[in-house]
Amino acid sequence: MNMQTGMKLSVAEMALCEAYDHAVGELPGDAAVLTARDGLISEFKAGGLPTRRIEDWHYTDLKALLRTLPDRAPVASAARVEPLVEGSTVLSVENGLVAGDFSLPGVEVRALAETLADGSAAAGLSARNRDDLIGKINGAFVRGGFALDVPAGAALEKPIELQTVQNGGQTHARFPVAFGAGSTATVIERHLALGEGAAFVTTLSDVTLDDNADVTWIILQAQGVTDTHFGQVRIRLGAGSKLRLYVVNAGGKLVRQEVHVEVAGEEADFILRGINLLGGDTHNDLTFTAAHNVPHTTSSEIIRNVVFDRAHGVFQGQICVAQDAQKTDAKMSCNTLLLSDDADFSAKPELEIFADDVQCGHGATVIDIDHTQLFYLMARGIPENRARAMLVNAFVAEIVEELEDEPLVEALEAVIDRWLEKHA
Amino acid sequence: MLEIKNLHARIAEDGTEIIRGLNLTVKAGEVAAIMGPNGSGKSTLSYILSGREDYEVTEGEILYNGESILELDPSERAAKGIFLAFQYPVEIPGVATMQFLKVAMNEQRKARGEDELTTPEFMRRVKEAAAELKIEQSMLRRPLNVGFSGGEKKRAEILQMSLLEPKLCILDETDSGLDIDALKIVADGVNALRSPDRAIVVITHYQRLLDYIVPDAVHVLYKGQVIKSGDKTLAHDLEANGYADIIGDAA
Ligand SMILES: Nc1ncnc2c1ncn2[C@@H]1O[C@H](COP(=O)(O)OP(=O)(O)OP(=O)(O)O)[C@@H](O)[C@H]1O
Ligand SMILES: [Mg+2]
Repeated sequence: MNMQTGMKLSVAEMALCEAYDHAVGELPGDAAVLTARDGLISEFKAGGLPTRRIEDWHYTDLKALLRTLPDRAPVASAARVEPLVEGSTVLSVENGLVAGDFSLPGVEVRALAETLADGSAAAGLSARNRDDLIGKINGAFVRGGFALDVPAGAALEKPIELQTVQNGGQTHARFPVAFGAGSTATVIERHLALGEGAAFVTTLSDVTLDDNADVTWIILQAQGVTDTHFGQVRIRLGAGSKLRLYVVNAGGKLVRQEVHVEVAGEEADFILRGINLLGGDTHNDLTFTAAHNVPHTTSSEIIRNVVFDRAHGVFQGQICVAQDAQKTDAKMSCNTLLLSDDADFSAKPELEIFADDVQCGHGATVIDIDHTQLFYLMARGIPENRARAMLVNAFVAEIVEELEDEPLVEALEAVIDRWLEKHA
Repeated sequence: MLEIKNLHARIAEDGTEIIRGLNLTVKAGEVAAIMGPNGSGKSTLSYILSGREDYEVTEGEILYNGESILELDPSERAAKGIFLAFQYPVEIPGVATMQFLKVAMNEQRKARGEDELTTPEFMRRVKEAAAELKIEQSMLRRPLNVGFSGGEKKRAEILQMSLLEPKLCILDETDSGLDIDALKIVADGVNALRSPDRAIVVITHYQRLLDYIVPDAVHVLYKGQVIKSGDKTLAHDLEANGYADIIGDAA
């Protein structure tokens, strides 16, 4: 498979092309899906992995960072684990595939493979733009996942957990989820590794909220120390809808999670809270774009990063306010607790505003542990290490507590505690 | 219990000397009041006693039960029984008050080789102490000191003190910000802790608190030194005449 440009392929690029050649025969999909897949892989071949010269990837030079790919096949079997929040309904993708029966009372659920086979998924298999590496790779390779349709007015009591779990190998999963008008739900998208085998995982969630839907969506990424994880969530918000999106990164070796939001209906409200727990030799990138396209919408983004060891963190946040989108209220902040001299964090918040009557702002701070707070805790007999751990925890717990859903808050705090115990 | 000898201390960052040859002795069982004009070094002294790193001791000694504490960090001093009720208690968003109390009590117990408290026992103690100080349970469910009113913060400090049962209690302007009823409640809380094996140092500007917590000794701090010591009548003199005469005599 030579590229027309004659550009030399890197080992990882070559591995991706070869993986596609081997996989394509067994990937589900009708003719339209196959055409879309072929189109995406040739787009990939034309551009290769993005380098720092591509603006969207400036801080995450994939050509340099992604050197090799694990084999497509998993190292060993993988079975779903207990849900994060007790009582949730789990829909799992195990080693890349939907296993066994599944059902979700009150919601129309189909295995993604079915929607690929009948061609209804073909339209979604597209890249957002020329530099949408995750869209390309996921669209070309996607196999497992679920398509959910939450009926208008449904009030789902129990959380839905969309779980991907694998033991090494390559997983490409997708979750198109449509929330009908006025529906309410909590969805936990959870990505986990079992065992030691290196994994390469891409996931893409396509989330639409119809008018007045009210949704809490949690992305908990807890991959293994040798794993590469590329996640993307595409969101479209209807009038009066509200989405609380939490992204918690607590694992992986090379991670990029993208969040792309189109605020398309008046009075829509979008909230993003990001918690990035970084340690070891990891590279973690949270990239966010929001397009406020109509008047009277709000968005608020708070990103909290805790960075230990030699970890590199990235946050890119771009808020675009269209000319017609008067009275937009958008606020973005990125706060980093840098706990090692060898760690670093790059934050690039951007506002592009074409309307004149808006309230928009952004800020980025890098801080150390507050010494007055540390002294106060120690003056009560709490030893320095424990006091520091409490303050690091507090820095992110503040964000989690905003959820006001006790079982969910407790579950996320437990994840954070466990991570901090291992790294602090 | 506490012996401070010719103490000199400066701000670590810029070297400004704040405590300039201070001598003070407080015996077990005693309540000592420290008074003095704004900026004389009272809070600085309390921070140095609790081991705050922002200050450097350049000369002199602090002996607690006969042993120097200068090499101990704040948590080690606290475990040995030194407690400072802060003039400005620190807000810590994200740390739940109850969790903080539990960790503090258990860490001190661990440091002293005692068993950790069970959760029911911990809850019982907090409930009881909070009731004494008329502290609402809802306040304890909030993050530590966050959004507490000035008076609530001071009461929360005394709650911590009752629960931790320290041996040397230093109260830095605990009366400021308290309404009349709260002052009485807090004073009762402090008086309940008076005992022959415990010393209490009360930093205050006003006689009013000393009407409730009657001191055995009163010391006047000025420019980093104790310039006069006396019994409780000294506080009455100060209330009536101000500091001018004493400062003049010392000069
Ligand atoms: N960390 C610091 N940095 C700069 N100046 C300091 C610092 N700590 C103390 N000082 C200065 O040292 C002096 C003594 O301050 P301190 O707070 O001890 O006074 P105080 O007697 O407690 O006063 P008040 O009655 O107003 O509470 C003041 O002039 C103060 O500005
Ligand atoms: Mg003071």
